[in-house]
Amino acid sequence: MTGDAASDGALLRTALYDCHHAAAARMVDFGGWDMPIQYKTGIRAEHLAVRAGVGVFDLSHMGRLYVRGADAMALVQWLTTNDASRLAPGRAQYSLICGSDGQILDDIIAYNLGAEMLLVVNASNRLKVLAWIEQNQQNGPLAGLDAKIYDATAETAMIGFQGPESERLLQDLVDVDLSTLRYYAALSGTADGKPGLIARTGYTGEDGFEVIVAAADGPSTWNTLLEGRGGVTPMACGLGARDTLRLEAGMPLYGHEIDESCNPFEAGLGRVVKLAKGELSGKAALERVAEAGPERKLIAFELTAGGVPRQGYAILDADAAVGQVTSGNVSPSLGTPIGMAYVPLRLSEPGTAIAVEIRGKAVPAKVVTLPFYPHKTKKIAAPSTSRS
Amino acid sequence: MDPTDRRYTEEHEWVKMDGDVAVVGITSFAQDQLGDVVYVELPKVGDRVEAMKSFGVIESVKTASDLYAPVSGVVEAVNGSLTGSPETVNDAPYEGGWLIKVKPDNPADIDTLMTAQQYGEQVAGS
Repeated sequence: MTGDAASDGALLRTALYDCHHAAAARMVDFGGWDMPIQYKTGIRAEHLAVRAGVGVFDLSHMGRLYVRGADAMALVQWLTTNDASRLAPGRAQYSLICGSDGQILDDIIAYNLGAEMLLVVNASNRLKVLAWIEQNQQNGPLAGLDAKIYDATAETAMIGFQGPESERLLQDLVDVDLSTLRYYAALSGTADGKPGLIARTGYTGEDGFEVIVAAADGPSTWNTLLEGRGGVTPMACGLGARDTLRLEAGMPLYGHEIDESCNPFEAGLGRVVKLAKGELSGKAALERVAEAGPERKLIAFELTAGGVPRQGYAILDADAAVGQVTSGNVSPSLGTPIGMAYVPLRLSEPGTAIAVEIRGKAVPAKVVTLPFYPHKTKKIAAPSTSRS
Repeated sequence: MDPTDRRYTEEHEWVKMDGDVAVVGITSFAQDQLGDVVYVELPKVGDRVEAMKSFGVIESVKTASDLYAPVSGVVEAVNGSLTGSPETVNDAPYEGGWLIKVKPDNPADIDTLMTAQQYGEQVAGS
């Protein structure tokens, strides 16, 4: 990373930029970062490599915000909607950050690292989240807390490994026992001999890991991993495959399924809003929408005729536009056109017939249950000596 | 090098005369830029297409793009195999991945389009 966005309008670069350039990746502007959308093999091959073997992703554009100080947990507990107090050391949880109107500022993963907390935020929302925290530290509920935010995005690299063979590949390169590392858990250790954080998390529906190392160690870790180990040769994957994988897995993406115009309940994320835990950012507004109930709902659908649904296309009911596609594509794993969309509650039951307007034509579709592709994350029992 | 037995448009379609019909497809450069093709929307046999106007849409994982007719005429055949195997456009853009065959109003119009060398220079400069 070359500094903060870029008063001169230049795109930010991750520590792995030169690796992508050397691999002739196609680069795009993603949230102000110059990121690979695909490598030579193409999105479909990258997608299928994750479903069958291992794909390796540069996730260094995502914000890594450490919360340090005696009140770090209290800050995270107020900032995020999930109940961070249930987060044992070494565990991670999916959560939301909502503004005072209950709008979704970001969706994040919060880690309890024992001595500190870590928030992994979306690249395009990092500065917004930092500003929201600072505002509430200056004259708000966070004033007076012993908690400081340390933005480590620039000085670290984050690499994702996703796919059924990811444990076999990574075990050869890390000094921690991955067979006991549970889903949504993290351990400090070494990767390719370099100190880092190793977490069993991901966004693809597959078993997988995310590793955070110093930025200076990023390129060698990336290159070593891509060489393969133990008979497993991974494929470098770009943001294109990441998008089709997460769509099949039914994971919402900020800027598509969620943004500041929607609330967590209509997005199907009410399960990570714990209003009983005490004060939290946006609580009064969230209580109001929880009480009123959602008027629309995020659904999954499949086209029953040909075409490709894309973000922004209208959902039709009796020829009237009643909703909008948030994401869509032809599923590389299933071969069928799939998507997610907001529709009125009355159309949200699985099996309901709807239509998607594609270039002026109503293409029939039906509401289905998520995920499109069954999750294959690894189930590892909690050790009997510690609570989950 | 693109095949020299056909002509090219600025919108990256190729056209090749096969007897009295013009076979139309997209270039290798176009399929590479699009990435993995997942859907192709084509006209029906008997439809008219107009030169430099859209006759269909090609969709890749990333994006949707209009297809432009190199010549005016009537659609004689449509490559039905692309319905089940749209990726043929990526694998064989100049052969099995052809899109439509058109009976041109005026076959001589094809000679006004770019040669392979001219098209290659356009792509190199883009």
